[in-house]
Amino acid sequence: MPDVITANRLTDGVVVFQTIDEAWSEDFNRAAVLADPPATAEALARAKRDETDNLVVDAYAVPVEERNGHFAPKALREAIRAAGPTNRRDLGKQAAGLAPRSGPKAATEADHVSL
Amino acid sequence: MYHYDNFDAAFVAARVEQFRDQVARRLSGELTEEQFRPHRLMNGLYLQLHSYMLRVAVPYGVLNSQQMRKLAEIARRYDRGYGHFTTRQNIQYNWPALKDTPDILAELSSVEMHAIQTSGNCIRNITADHFSGVAHDEIADPRPYAEILRQWSSLHPEFSFLPRKFKVAVNGAAHDRAVIQAHDIGLQVVRNDAGELGFAVYVGGGLGRTPMIGRKVRDFLPERDLLGYVEAILRVYNLEGRRDNKFKARIKILVHEKGVEALSEAVEAEFAARDPKALDLPAREIERFRAFFALPELEPKKPVSDRVERRRGKDRRFASFCASNVMPHKAPGYVVVTVSLKAIGAPPGDASADQMDAVADLAEDYSHDEVRVSHEQNLILPHVALDDLPAVYDRLASVDLSTPNAGGISDIIACPGLDYCALATARSIPIAQRIAQRFGDGPRARSIGPLKIKISGCINACGHHHVGHIGILGLERAGEETYQITLGGSADEQAAIGQIVGPGFSSENVVEAIETIVDTYIGLRRDEAEPFVDAFRRVGIAPFKEALYERSAGSDI
Repeated sequence: MPDVITANRLTDGVVVFQTIDEAWSEDFNRAAVLADPPATAEALARAKRDETDNLVVDAYAVPVEERNGHFAPKALREAIRAAGPTNRRDLGKQAAGLAPRSGPKAATEADHVSL
Repeated sequence: MYHYDNFDAAFVAARVEQFRDQVARRLSGELTEEQFRPHRLMNGLYLQLHSYMLRVAVPYGVLNSQQMRKLAEIARRYDRGYGHFTTRQNIQYNWPALKDTPDILAELSSVEMHAIQTSGNCIRNITADHFSGVAHDEIADPRPYAEILRQWSSLHPEFSFLPRKFKVAVNGAAHDRAVIQAHDIGLQVVRNDAGELGFAVYVGGGLGRTPMIGRKVRDFLPERDLLGYVEAILRVYNLEGRRDNKFKARIKILVHEKGVEALSEAVEAEFAARDPKALDLPAREIERFRAFFALPELEPKKPVSDRVERRRGKDRRFASFCASNVMPHKAPGYVVVTVSLKAIGAPPGDASADQMDAVADLAEDYSHDEVRVSHEQNLILPHVALDDLPAVYDRLASVDLSTPNAGGISDIIACPGLDYCALATARSIPIAQRIAQRFGDGPRARSIGPLKIKISGCINACGHHHVGHIGILGLERAGEETYQITLGGSADEQAAIGQIVGPGFSSENVVEAIETIVDTYIGLRRDEAEPFVDAFRRVGIAPFKEALYERSAGSDI
């Protein structure tokens, strides 16, 4: 399964993703998608160097999958982390148009049909 | 309330400057994250799902209007315009930048607040009954004891590196509103036959992955032995508590593995061996603290207000607010107002900066400058003249804080869950929102009566689900959120851990399951006066199991 590398920016804690030019972006959609485990390992090693250089903290790999023609985090936790709280669409990356293009669906009463 | 003396002010200011230096050294790279983490945690700064999170201590839930305004100002200036009040009577900011936190702590210190010991393996914020000092059923105000414990435990060198975190709660009334039996140490104020004040002492309560109700180790601990005895408990725990396994490190596991009798003997031996003068708490010192918490001078008032009665007669929502959110004060003609942070569809415990300012203004204008934070994630205006109630209500309504649901089905405790928390396995807030939307705060909710729903987004149980009349635990199973329901838990003097009703429910079906449980209760209760938890104790879990798993298509078995 492909991965992207994520971390939190040291100065403000904002969630960031490693880009193809080996920088960090707040935008999940700019994340470098790593096709195989060796690519992930190499990218993670670079991320760990950025930890040592005090740019980011807690770097790790996030499995992603293709959905509706876009990559999105596979796990709900990572989808929320890449978008923002599902109960507050006005906060986090989603508020700035930086959420994964196929983000998690908000769970509201209106979405549910009585059984 | 307690006011800092010069020592306290200098102590907190020094801590702010220490942390400022630590943050500067972290940002410059002089400190690694590994070196820095214990420092930031000791100052309440976590790294959460989206950002850093700062947990600010609200000692035993007491605030004045200046402090509340400062919390609002911090929310506006350094965060995203809101804060989250927690089950530990604290407030959390979800989006602070590391580089700003020294300034935030400096702002807090200017109003006698801090974030010390809101994290880490130390003695955490001491919690207490949110109706302290105003409740009719109070034996003695627990806040002086809580403040004494707070001062004694702040940066206590012997107890700053415990096997695990340590939570102490003090309750001063006959009715336990501080969940003392779910704390590492629970202190219940009692009087002995001679009329002297003291404490019944409970040890080893806790929720989390291994929920346990505290065991009583003393029926009566004299007031003056408070610190000596608490120290003896902590010494035994510090020495014998497990450090090999984080999940078995709380004192509840020691109580369970060693046995309460053996633990009690060890504590008594430690207590007997102490230097009796070292931690003696003399009566004059208790009186000195008690003076800080004296009831404000309340001008005598008539116990009935024509103004309130007229409004009740013509405004049903005001009438239901009076019924659910207003409690008589021990002084005639005054009331205690619960400000619900559970507007229907709102995240439980969240308050905007504007709402915090509005509550601060109300406290100043109508409540002798005092606000409380409850562990149920609501705010309290403790000293409101009955005649002022309509004005207070109208001003609360203008900022969406007049929801008449305190103690009812939509007054739900929920932890931040997977929407914010790095440890969570499922979302809590959206489940609380949907349940509140389903039942509302109108006639249906009122007909259901008192019912405490508590939701946690992982087994760490910050949402106290084990002691909810209905508890909901969010888990993850095969990549999907699943919700386990427990019934019959209780957080008061009849503390009980809820029983798991059966297999969990999907996010889609969990609200339906709650409705089935509520409908089952309505169908079997003796009359409207029999609350859910009493009916549950009478009939047991079987009718609910049957309704959920045998008659309903709603389960996900």
